[in-house]
Amino acid sequence: MIAEPDGPEDRLRRFATIWSRAVFPVTTTSSTRPEFEEQLLPLARRLSEALRARSFDADQGRVVGAALVDAHCTDPEALSRTLDCVDAYLVLYCGGDGDPEDLRARSARLQHAMAAGYAQALRERTLAEQEAIAQAALRAQGVVAQALHASEARFRAVFEGAAIGIGIADLDGNVLQVNRALTRMFGVSEQTLRGRNVTRWTHPDDAPQLWRLYQELIRGEREHYHVEKAFHRPDGTVLWTNLTVSLLRDADGNPQYQLALMEDTTERRLLNLRLRYEATHDALTGLPNRSFFFERLEKAVNAGPGQRFGLCYLDLDGFKAVNDSLGHAAGDRLLVEVADRLQACATAPGEMVARLGGDEFVALTTGPDTRQAVDELATRIMNALLAPVSIDGRELTVRGSIGVVEGPAGERSPAEVLRSADITMYRAKSAGGNRFELADPEADARTITRHGLTTALPTALDRGEFFIEYQPLVHLGDGSVRGAEALVRWLHPQHGVLGPDRFIPLAEHTGLIVPLGRWVLEQSVRQAREWRERCGADAASAPLRINVNLSPCQLTDPGLVRDTVEILERAGVEPDALCLEVTESALIGADDDLLKPLRRLADMGVDIALDDFGTGYSNLANLRRLPVSILKLDRSFTRGMQQFPADPVDLKIVEGIVSLAHSLDLAVTVEGVETGAQAEQLKVLGCDTAQGWYYARPGPPERLHELALVDATG
Amino acid sequence: MERPVWAPRSIDITVPSVSRICDFYLGGAHNFEADREAARKALAFLPGLPKIVQANRAFLRRAVRFAVDEGVTQFLDIGSGIPAFGSVHEVAQAARPGARVVYVDHDPVTVAHSQTVLEGNDAADVVAGDLLEPRDILTSAQVERLIDLNRPVALLLVAILHFVEDADDPYRAVAELRDALAPGSLLVLTHASYEGIPLPSERAGGVVDVYKDIRNPLIMRSREEIARFFEGYDMVEPGLVPMPHWRPETAPEDEDPYAFSGFAGVGRTA
Repeated sequence: MIAEPDGPEDRLRRFATIWSRAVFPVTTTSSTRPEFEEQLLPLARRLSEALRARSFDADQGRVVGAALVDAHCTDPEALSRTLDCVDAYLVLYCGGDGDPEDLRARSARLQHAMAAGYAQALRERTLAEQEAIAQAALRAQGVVAQALHASEARFRAVFEGAAIGIGIADLDGNVLQVNRALTRMFGVSEQTLRGRNVTRWTHPDDAPQLWRLYQELIRGEREHYHVEKAFHRPDGTVLWTNLTVSLLRDADGNPQYQLALMEDTTERRLLNLRLRYEATHDALTGLPNRSFFFERLEKAVNAGPGQRFGLCYLDLDGFKAVNDSLGHAAGDRLLVEVADRLQACATAPGEMVARLGGDEFVALTTGPDTRQAVDELATRIMNALLAPVSIDGRELTVRGSIGVVEGPAGERSPAEVLRSADITMYRAKSAGGNRFELADPEADARTITRHGLTTALPTALDRGEFFIEYQPLVHLGDGSVRGAEALVRWLHPQHGVLGPDRFIPLAEHTGLIVPLGRWVLEQSVRQAREWRERCGADAASAPLRINVNLSPCQLTDPGLVRDTVEILERAGVEPDALCLEVTESALIGADDDLLKPLRRLADMGVDIALDDFGTGYSNLANLRRLPVSILKLDRSFTRGMQQFPADPVDLKIVEGIVSLAHSLDLAVTVEGVETGAQAEQLKVLGCDTAQGWYYARPGPPERLHELALVDATG
Repeated sequence: MERPVWAPRSIDITVPSVSRICDFYLGGAHNFEADREAARKALAFLPGLPKIVQANRAFLRRAVRFAVDEGVTQFLDIGSGIPAFGSVHEVAQAARPGARVVYVDHDPVTVAHSQTVLEGNDAADVVAGDLLEPRDILTSAQVERLIDLNRPVALLLVAILHFVEDADDPYRAVAELRDALAPGSLLVLTHASYEGIPLPSERAGGVVDVYKDIRNPLIMRSREEIARFFEGYDMVEPGLVPMPHWRPETAPEDEDPYAFSGFAGVGRTA
């Protein structure tokens, strides 16, 4: 609309401009003043028209007042300035040519109406906005409360569902809250736990620093502590826990609550104890085992000044025979019974019994004076073994040999003490067994321990400490020397000459028997060649033969046949110059695999002799399938012929065996011939060959040669 | 025991809110007595506060129109406060129907109120969020629904950064937001400063104390410090200036002296 200068429209706009300039500074609108003026222009027009309308309507003033509020003139100063402006300029700019008096009255009434309209609109707007913000606050509160509820629900679920026990107590120790896991651990209801005081939960196993840590936490001097703690359960059992207690502070940092997190470790602890028990106890007898015993012995020998210890080292006599004849199950039951009896012997404080292994037991006593105590302990043990043990309806007599060591702590190592006890036990055993002996340092030094020999064996072979003696085999028919049995000896640097019974079992045990056996075979075969070379001239006499013992271990050695053939070939000796002696017990129950190497050797011409015949329980019918050509009767058969007249039963037995052997085409050799009467008797019975002191003791090879020469010339 | 950290704060209308105080300055009734009491204390030190707020809103209005003229029709208004007359969505959608606006505020009451105001407006929404956690804002459902981050966005940080202490590293948050914006995006920013206030700074400092008392400290920064928020932006003419001087539509000399307090500016990402 283009306003005519100073026309009504132009005057209206000038009024609006004046109005907007007056009010704009007190509005908070983001519009510019010209924009604000554009907002006021229709309001000015409305007032102008109301002023000049034929019939006056004061309500137009109310509308304009309300519109001011809508234009964000909410500061009452805006109303005041508006009314000033209307009062001064409305009639002047918009009155036209109407009656001035009438116009002024209309203007005044419009102003009153504007004030009322403004006030009402502002009131409504204020109420609406208050309502809106209150609603918003309420909704926000709802959202927050919901989130809080959800978070608390989550928190509670964590608390309740946690696998570890959680408890909260105040600083006086009163339990305020516990979770399900905790009540389960204690085996009581939540009500029972709540209100209890944690300071009462003491236990004899509490770590000494536990309650000091607790006090430090309560005082706010530490944030948390971690301990292993036991609790009494109402049912009398013990609950073991991994316990972590933390201090909870309020917003200002003051100690407020204590929070306990506990993990039930009872099962784990029991398992540990059981594992520890299993690691330290013998599964068969339930006695402490070797490692447990060593722990205790270590403690005993390292105990403070004035402390002594006493040790009994027990080895059952003849236990091997029980195992061999009645089986391992019976042997085990015997050991269990012995263990029970020994246990009953050592019940005083500081006493213990342990099983070292096999049929070896130890009993230990400690204290300020064990001299008499250990003597009594050994006596109790001997007495405990007196009553026979009943196994499978058999009454077995148990005998044992005990080595006793007693002394002050701090002088010897556990190993030394045990070695001394071992030696002393062997002394007791070699003195006939069923007794106890006291350790004697000088005797210890002299005694050959199995252990010492075992460790010296390998180097002994390298150092050439072994040598061979030969015992002649004499033909009973004509008394001529037909050969000799090679017998290995050990010239021990400290202990002198040792017989095979002292070291062959050890060599078998360690596997050294194979190289040692090969060495013996080599030496013997070389010796046989020497003899043959020397006697070669006397074609009349039969060539001397060499008998060599084979241990059961050598029988299973896969290199046996190869080694034997190699040795014979290298020495240039015919296989028929060699006879291998195998004990009867080694061949009992032998299967074809075991017999195969022997059979191959026999096929080549090597004689196989069944040694110690009659001591085992071999089935005579079995002899047919064994590749043997000679039976060597055990010396027990010839013993009965040493007296005169000879035992008729022995005579009958030997006669029967000889008859059987001959019918199987086996030659018979007898051992242990010590008298001429024996020799004569055996000759009558039909035995083929004999050896024994009557003819010659084992000796160096030269002696055999001499004998053979004597024999040949005699 | 203490509430776990992930539980939200509760609503306490006896604690003054910066948004509602501002509404009171603008003559609104979206406030409670606690807000008004704090506002009256601040006004005692700085009677021109409403004029400063008004100048902020006038600048915001001009800047939004400028953005639309530049072809930017997506607005992310962080620290939006209580929607008053002349809100961003009103101005933007008047200039360009369908312009997208997402308001962000950390005050749950403000958010709840904004939701009511925006009911039925499909192109505008509000999300509860914190300027200091830009990732949460950018990945919110509202932003994902309304804002295409592959196109230019006008990021509005109007009268908010002076409520973030240096310890909370507002520069990092602003940079993180910048890095998420497409080239051609705009940063629209105002910030309080002692520079330009027509009063000795000791007097104006009383206002700072009032905000400190309501645990919502007001951080006055120098022009230089404020300019650093535009790192990575090219300043739009006339640069960082007192509010009335930014592309005025009426003569700046007609403005209230308080309107010249603090600085305003718009930057554009390359």
